[in-house]
Amino acid sequence: MSAAAHSVVEPGLTSKRVAGAIVILYAVITMVPLFWIFATSFKTPPDSIAYPPKILFEPSIEGYCNLFTTRTRQTAEYIASLPPATSFCDETTRKRNMVIAGQSNFLPRFVNSLIIAFGSTFCAVFLGTLAAYGFSRFKVPLADDLLFFILSTRMMPPIAVAIPIYLMYRELGLSDTALGMILLYTAVNVSLAVWLLKGFIDEIPREYEEAAMIDGYTRMGAFFKVVLPQATTGIAATAIFCLIFAWNEYAFAALLTSGTAQTAPPFIPTIIGEGGQDWPAVAAGTTIFLVPILVFTILLRKQLLRGITFGAVRK
Amino acid sequence: MAEIRIENLNKKFGDFVALKDSSFTVEDGEFLALLGPSGCGKTTTLRMIAGLELPTAGRILLDGEDVTFNRARDRDIAFVFQLFALYPHMNVRRNIGFPLLAQGVSRSEIKRQVEATARLLQIDHILEKPVSGLAGGDRQRVALGRAIVRRPKCFLMDEPLGTLDAEFRNVMVRELRELHTRIHATTVYVTHDQLEAMAMADKIAVMNHGVIEQFGTPQEIYDRPASMYVADFIGSPPMNFLAVTSALTKGSRSVAIGAAEVAVPEVVEDLDGGAVALGVRPEHIRFNDSATLRGSVYGVEYLGTTQIVVVETADGFCKARVSAGLRVTRGETVGLDLDTPKLTLFRRQGGKAIRTAPAPEVHHG
Repeated sequence: MSAAAHSVVEPGLTSKRVAGAIVILYAVITMVPLFWIFATSFKTPPDSIAYPPKILFEPSIEGYCNLFTTRTRQTAEYIASLPPATSFCDETTRKRNMVIAGQSNFLPRFVNSLIIAFGSTFCAVFLGTLAAYGFSRFKVPLADDLLFFILSTRMMPPIAVAIPIYLMYRELGLSDTALGMILLYTAVNVSLAVWLLKGFIDEIPREYEEAAMIDGYTRMGAFFKVVLPQATTGIAATAIFCLIFAWNEYAFAALLTSGTAQTAPPFIPTIIGEGGQDWPAVAAGTTIFLVPILVFTILLRKQLLRGITFGAVRK
Repeated sequence: MAEIRIENLNKKFGDFVALKDSSFTVEDGEFLALLGPSGCGKTTTLRMIAGLELPTAGRILLDGEDVTFNRARDRDIAFVFQLFALYPHMNVRRNIGFPLLAQGVSRSEIKRQVEATARLLQIDHILEKPVSGLAGGDRQRVALGRAIVRRPKCFLMDEPLGTLDAEFRNVMVRELRELHTRIHATTVYVTHDQLEAMAMADKIAVMNHGVIEQFGTPQEIYDRPASMYVADFIGSPPMNFLAVTSALTKGSRSVAIGAAEVAVPEVVEDLDGGAVALGVRPEHIRFNDSATLRGSVYGVEYLGTTQIVVVETADGFCKARVSAGLRVTRGETVGLDLDTPKLTLFRRQGGKAIRTAPAPEVHHG
C-alpha cells in the first residue's frame, strides 16, 4: 500500500550522492561567515587582526569579557597596587593595563531586543491569525481591495517613511520606547502575517468548523478547538518570519532608539568605538545575538515540519 | 427523535436559484433520501436543515418548532460530512466524545457513552488510534459515532459513502440501514446514487434544478414516476419513451405508436392535445411475434441473468430487459408486447406524467 502510494520514481544511488554532495557544499559555504564570527569571538584582540588570519589559535573568552564590561586604562603602578584579580576577566583586563569599570550596556540592549522582537511577533501573529480567518471564511466587503491595501504597506522601502515616522514618534512620545518599537514592527509584520496565514487557513477545509458548530460549539469555540490546532504549522512558520524581521531590523532601530529602548543591532557596532577596534567583542555580541533565533527555530521545527492535516479529510 | 418539516423553502446564491419553493415532511423515525445529480440543490437543502446556510425564504420546523434562523448548535442535529471531517489532531476517542464535551458532560460519562457508541459500531478496538491512519470504512464509522453519541433529534448525511470503493459501499449501505432500524432516528440522506437511495430510504425526494420533482416511497417513484425526468433518472437502463401519434383524451385506453396500437391504463384527466410520450421500463417489454409494435434487433448486452436487447423501432431505439436464456440475433425482427398496467404517459411539454387509473394491486399467493 505505502509502496504503491509513493509510486514516484525512486532516485538512483548516484544521483542521491550528487544531490547530497551539493547540499553539503552549499551548507559549508553559507556556514563560513558564521563560523568566522564564532571563531573570532574566542580569539584575543591581537589574534583577531593577525595576518595571515589564524585558523588555529588558543581560545580565549576575552571578547566576551569585553562585551559585557566597560574598562578604563590605568597606570601599571595603580594596577599593581590593587588586590589580586578575582576572575579571569579581571586578570585579562589588567594584562592590557586596564581595569573593569562596570557593566556594559549589552545585556539591557539584548533584553530590549528580546522584549521588542517577541512582543511584536506575538501581536503580529495574533492579529494576523484573526484577520486571516476573517478574510478566509467570511464575505468581507471589498476583501480583495483590503488585502491589496494590507500588502501595499510593504511595497515601498521602509526607509521612505522613516522621517514621517520619526516626527510622529517624537510628537507622540513613542521615540526610544519599547512600546513604540513593538507597534512599529507589528505594523510592518502584520501584512506578511495576514497573507501567509490566509493561505494556510484557506487550506483547512470549512467542514471542520461546520462539524464543530453542529457538535455544539460557537464559531469562536470551533476556531480555538478545531482551526487553531490545525493552523499551528502556518502559525509557527509565520512567527519565525516575523521574529527574524523584528530581531534583525536595523534602520528604524538606529533611527528611533538611542537610549533606554535601544535594541542589540544598533548597539553592537558601537562596541567598535570603545577602546580601539575590539573585533572579538563585536563577534561575541553577534554570536550571542544569533542564539535566540536559533533556539526558537529549533523549538518550532516540529510544527514546521508536521503535515498534520494530511489524510483525515480525503480530497 | 423528531419530525422535520420544510415549508416553501427557497435559496438563492446571487442570481443562481439553488432551491425553489420546496416543501416536504420527514416523519419521526423516517429515512429520507434526497436524490439528484450534482448541482440540483440537495446538499443546499441539507445544509439549510442543519443551519449551515440560511434560506432566502421559507420555514424549517423541527418537531413543530420553527428553527429557520437558529444557529446550528441550537438545533440538536447531527451531520455526517461527505469527507467525514474527522478532527485530525484528535484520536478516535476524542473525536467521538467531542460533541459531549461541548455539552459539559462529565469526563466519566463521556468515557462511558463513547465506549457504548464504539461497541454499537464495532470500532471499540481502534478508540486510541489517530484518525489519519484509518481505512475508509472505519473513518465512516467514527464519523457516524460522533453523530450518534449525543442522541440528536435527527441525522443529516451528505453523500457519506461517496468516497468509499464500490465493494465497501455495499457493506456500509447495509450497516447504515441496520443502524437506522436499531436506533430509529429521523434521517435525511443526500446521494446521487439511485441504488443507495432505493436500498436504504423509506421515502425518496428526486430533485432537479432546485425543484423537487417527486416525493414518495421507492416503489412509487419507480412504478409511477411523476415526470419524464424522474423516469429517466431512476432505473438502469432508464425508461424508454415512445412518441404517441394518436390524439389522447380523457378515458382513452389505448394509443397509437406509429402503425401499432398499444393498450394503456385509462386516462383520468382532461388533456389539451399537446404531444405525448409513452414511458415503458425495459423490464416491462416482452418479445411476442404477434405484437403490432415491431422493430429489429440492433444490439445485445449480456448481463448474466438477464440481457438488455436494443431494438430499433420506427420511433428510435428502445431497450428491453429479457431473460438471458432467450436467443436473439442481430437484425432479427421482433414484436414488442408492453405490460399495460406498468405503462406511464407523459406530456412532452414540461414532462409531467398524465394521471391514469391506478394499476390493480398485486398480492402474494
